[in-house]
Amino acid sequence: MDFDLMMRVFPFFLEAALVTVQLSILTAILGLICGSLGAAARLSRLRFFRAIGATYVSIIRGTPALIQIFILYFGGPQIGIQLDAFSAGVIGLSVNIGAYMTETIRGAIISVDKGQMEAARTLGMSRWQTMRNVIIPQAARLMVRPLGVNINALIKGTALVAAISVIELTYTAQRYIGSTYKPFEMFLISGALYMIIIYVTGRGIAWLDRKVQIT
Amino acid sequence: MSDAPFIEIRNAAKSFGALEVLKDINLTVEKGQIVAIIGPSGSGKSTLLRAINELDPLTSGEVWLDGVQINKDLPFRQYEKHVNQVRQDIGMVFQHFNLFPHLTVRGNITLAPKMLKGLSDKEVNELAEEQLKRVGMLERIDYYPSQLSGGQKQRVAIARALAMKPKVMLFDEATSALDPELVEEVNLVMKQLAEEHMTMIIVTHEMGFAQDVCDRVLFMDQGYVVEEGSPDVVFRNPTQDRTKDFLKKHLQGQN
Repeated sequence: MDFDLMMRVFPFFLEAALVTVQLSILTAILGLICGSLGAAARLSRLRFFRAIGATYVSIIRGTPALIQIFILYFGGPQIGIQLDAFSAGVIGLSVNIGAYMTETIRGAIISVDKGQMEAARTLGMSRWQTMRNVIIPQAARLMVRPLGVNINALIKGTALVAAISVIELTYTAQRYIGSTYKPFEMFLISGALYMIIIYVTGRGIAWLDRKVQIT
Repeated sequence: MSDAPFIEIRNAAKSFGALEVLKDINLTVEKGQIVAIIGPSGSGKSTLLRAINELDPLTSGEVWLDGVQINKDLPFRQYEKHVNQVRQDIGMVFQHFNLFPHLTVRGNITLAPKMLKGLSDKEVNELAEEQLKRVGMLERIDYYPSQLSGGQKQRVAIARALAMKPKVMLFDEATSALDPELVEEVNLVMKQLAEEHMTMIIVTHEMGFAQDVCDRVLFMDQGYVVEEGSPDVVFRNPTQDRTKDFLKKHLQGQN
């Protein structure tokens, strides 16, 4: 193994890791928004919204994320959507992970005991007041861990945007392989940096999970 | 309005699909009366109770409380507004307490009054203290439900319902989920409410309690009110065979 070379390219990989982190954070935020909207649609009283939510989830989960990103980035201009690679990457990844988060959030909400809704409604609280003050606070605690699983997946999923030339960890590894012919070393650096990002995130999720548990 | 009964259920029927769980039930309850509903499981007694506050709306028939029809047929938004309003007058206590586990005892009691009655923090806190004193739970005001015993949870649940100042209290097998040694503390609270002349409708399996506390007993079976009368009549001199059978089995089971 060429440690000397690894040391020399490492700063460039650190920069790329920063891009992966940015991609991950933006995707997590936008994905949570998609997931919340998706879950609200799936749980709506109105069949129309439920159908939209279900269609979103089944299309996104039924097709490869790479195809979704390609459709957005390469196919988009054909229908008037012109995005730079980074934006297309963030949007594509967010819409993708949002479908999984939809199911996570919906699952957490429906696993709150039915008696909670009944008790609150019996006191005279409206459906929405109950959701906000009784159901969601309890569901939020239930969803931290499974959302952590989604976030873990999305961080690794950011590697896909290398295919549309976003200069993140995977793309950077490929680029340096082109000039150094050392795929083992280059992928090893990338892999190690992914692992650090995921480890730190995982600890953060575990901390949050402990913090929100009901005493 | 003054001669109309306080609570009136007229020609109540309810089906879940093809299954008829309530069949032409008529019931009136006067202010301050305490009515027990007994009967085998599946007789429809819980469904009848849950029909009173629209948790299980009737298929047909009417429910009236203090001159207001509870089960109005309205467009969705108006219906929701209507039930949110009338439910404030109907306290309900559940078998499994259904306390909000993420809130303290104080939070459980103050949540609805704060939101629905526009009371200040100071006012709702006084309200919570007052209601907790009533059920003997004041010293647990800052505990979480998970830190309470079953009996204590149920007493808090009663205080939570009372904090809305309801006109009637519904008890749906309030002591059925409790360990035997915890039943008495909840029964005592309910007896105390009876002494304060709270109007109550109590679905129960405890014949002793029904006999001691209630003014009237309804025996239900297969969706019908089979027999109804004072506890003395229903428990000591039932006229219907089904009532006799049920009481025989039940009293055997208890001893």
